[in-house]
Amino acid sequence: MSAATADVATVGHRLALQRRGTVAVLVLVVLLASLRYGDAFYSGINLTSYFDDAVKYSLIALGMTFVIMTGGIDLSVGSVILLAGVAGGLASPHGAVVAVLVGVGTGAAVGAVNGLLIAHSRLEPFVVTLATLLWARGLGLQLADTQTVVYGSGALTSLARDKIFGLTTGFWLMVVLFVIAAVVLKFTAWGRTVLAIGDSEESTSLLGVPTRLNKFSVYLLSGALAGLAGVVLGSQTGSVSMDTGVGWELIAVAAVVVGGTLLTGGVGSIGGTLAGLLLLQVIFTIINFENGRGGIEINSYWQNVVRGAFLLVVVLLQTGVGRGRKKS
Amino acid sequence: MTDLATRPAETSVLRKIDWPTFIRRYGAAIVLALLVLFNIIFTENFLDLRNILFVQLRQAAPTAIVALGMALVIATGGIDLSVGAVVALSGQVTAVFLLDGVPPLVALPIGILVGVAAGLFNGTLVSRFGIQPMIATLVLFTAGRGLAQVVTGGRIQTVNQPIVEFLGLGVVAGLPISVFSLIVVTVAIMLVTRFTPAGTKLLAVGGNERAAGLVGIRTKRVKTMAYVVAGGLAGFVGLLELGRIQASDATNAGLNMELDAIAAVAVAGTTLAGGTFSPGRTIVGVLMLRLLQNTLVAHGIPREVAQIAQGLIIVAAIYLLRRSRDAR
Repeated sequence: MSAATADVATVGHRLALQRRGTVAVLVLVVLLASLRYGDAFYSGINLTSYFDDAVKYSLIALGMTFVIMTGGIDLSVGSVILLAGVAGGLASPHGAVVAVLVGVGTGAAVGAVNGLLIAHSRLEPFVVTLATLLWARGLGLQLADTQTVVYGSGALTSLARDKIFGLTTGFWLMVVLFVIAAVVLKFTAWGRTVLAIGDSEESTSLLGVPTRLNKFSVYLLSGALAGLAGVVLGSQTGSVSMDTGVGWELIAVAAVVVGGTLLTGGVGSIGGTLAGLLLLQVIFTIINFENGRGGIEINSYWQNVVRGAFLLVVVLLQTGVGRGRKKS
Repeated sequence: MTDLATRPAETSVLRKIDWPTFIRRYGAAIVLALLVLFNIIFTENFLDLRNILFVQLRQAAPTAIVALGMALVIATGGIDLSVGAVVALSGQVTAVFLLDGVPPLVALPIGILVGVAAGLFNGTLVSRFGIQPMIATLVLFTAGRGLAQVVTGGRIQTVNQPIVEFLGLGVVAGLPISVFSLIVVTVAIMLVTRFTPAGTKLLAVGGNERAAGLVGIRTKRVKTMAYVVAGGLAGFVGLLELGRIQASDATNAGLNMELDAIAAVAVAGTTLAGGTFSPGRTIVGVLMLRLLQNTLVAHGIPREVAQIAQGLIIVAAIYLLRRSRDAR
C-alpha cells in the first residue's frame, strides 16, 4: 500500500515536471514564432482559425481528460461529434437554443450508453467505445442521409462569428469550461473521486464512495462535451460534412498525454491538457506559416507525421524523466 | 465441473452446460452459421463456389491476416492501433519502388520489411521503454499514414505491373492469393503456438507478466516478437491491398483495418486483458462481421445501418464475455 502510494507520488511529480515543460515549450514556441512572423502571427484571421480548431479539439480533449483520469478511454468522441452535429443541424431551424440542447443532449445520451455499459455492466471501455464509434457514426450518417447537414444562417452561426475582446465566443466558451473543470477537479468530491478511481478503483469502492456513478458520469460528460463540440463545429463552418470527426479521438488522446495525464489514470491535469492541445496546434500553425514563406516545402501530409513524432518525443521524455528519478 | 459437485440433483444435460461460456466461445460461429444458412436460402448464387471463394473469402482474408497478428498482440495484453497505417505505408513504399522501376523481387520484400520494422519499433517502445501499448502504437497510427502520404505525395497512381496484378487477381492452388495466404499464415501460427514453447510463453506473458518473468521467460523479447509478427503480417497485407487497388492510395489503403481486427478479436470472445489466443475463433470473428455486413448490404439495407448492427454485435459479444464464468 505504501509502496503504491510512493509510486503514484513519484509519477505525479514526474508528470507535474512534464506539464511545466509543456507550458514552457508552448510559451517558447509562441515567443519564437512572434519574433519570426511578427504581427502576422497575431492577425485576426490566423487567431480565429487557430482557435476555431482548438475549441473543437479542446472540448473533446477535456471530456477525454476526465475519462482517462479514471483509467478509461473514450474512442467514440469523433463519431459523437458527427452524430450530435447532425442532430443539432437538423434541429437548428427551431432556434439556436434548441440546436444546442439537441446536440448536447444527443452526445450525453450516447455517453450515457457508454457509461452504463462500462460502469454498470463492467465492460472494457476500449471495446465499448470502439463499438460506439461504429454505431454512432452509422446513426449519424443514416440521420443525415449521408448528405452534408447545413446550419442555417441563424443566431447560432452569427454567435460563432461574434467577438468579445477580439476573440471568438468559442474561445471564451473554451476558457470558461476549462476553468470550471479545473475547479471541479480540484475542489469537489466528484473531482477527487475521479482521480481516486483511476488510482485504485477497488480501494475507492471499499471506502464507500459510489464509484459506479462517478464512472458513469465521466462518460456522460465526455459524450455531452463531444455533442457540444459537434454543434460548435456546425456553427463555425455553417455545416457538418460526413467525414467530420474521423480520428479526432486520437487528437484528443494525444493532447491529454502531452499535457501530462497518466493514461492508466489517477494522475492528471486539466490545464495540462489545454497546454498540450494548444502546443500541438501552434506547431501546425507554424508549419503553415513556414510553407507560406516558402522557407520549407512541407505539405499538409507532414502534419500527421509531426503529430506522431511529437507524441513519441513526449512519451520517451516521460519514461526518461521517470528513470532519472528512480535512480536518484 | 463445479456444477456437478454443488448441484448433483440436476440431471439434464442442457443444464450442465455453462451457457454463457458456450456462447462466448461459439457465439460468433453460431451467428456465422445462421448467416450462411440465411444466405443459402435468401441470397441468389450464394452457394456458388466462385462467390464464396472469390467474393466473400477474398474480401475477408486481408483483414483476417491482420486480425491474427492483432490476436497475438492482444494475447500479450497489448494492442496495436498502427496496423492499418502500416498496411498503407508498406503498400505505398512498394508501389513507389515499383513505379521507379525497382524489380519486384526487391520491392516486395521491402514492403514486408517496412511492416517488420514498424513492428520492431512498436515492440521496442512497449517492452524496452515500458510505454503503454495504446500510446506506443498511436505514434505510428498517426505518423504511419502520414508517411505513406508523404511517400506518394498523396497521389493515386496506377501501378500496371504483372506482379501487382498477380497480388490482386492471382490464383494459387485454385484459391485467390489472399485466401491462400490466409491459410498458410493460419497453419504456420497454429503450428508455432501449439507445438513450440513460443505459444506457451506468449500466453504466460499475457496471463501474468511478472510470474512469466520469474520462471525465466524473456518477457520483453516475447512481447516484441508479437508486435514484429503483427507488423510483418500488416506489411504483407499492404502488398495484397496494393494488388486489390492496383494503384497507390495512401489515404484509403488499410483504413480502419485496426478497428475491424480488434472488433473481430473481441467478437471471437477473447478478452483484451490478454492471456488467451485462438486463431480459429479470430478468423470466425472476421468472417462473421464481414458476412453480416455483406448480407445486410446485399439485401438493400444501407451501409450505415449495417455499421450500427456491427457496433451492436460487438457490444453483445463483450457483454457475454463478461457474463461467462471463465472470463478473467
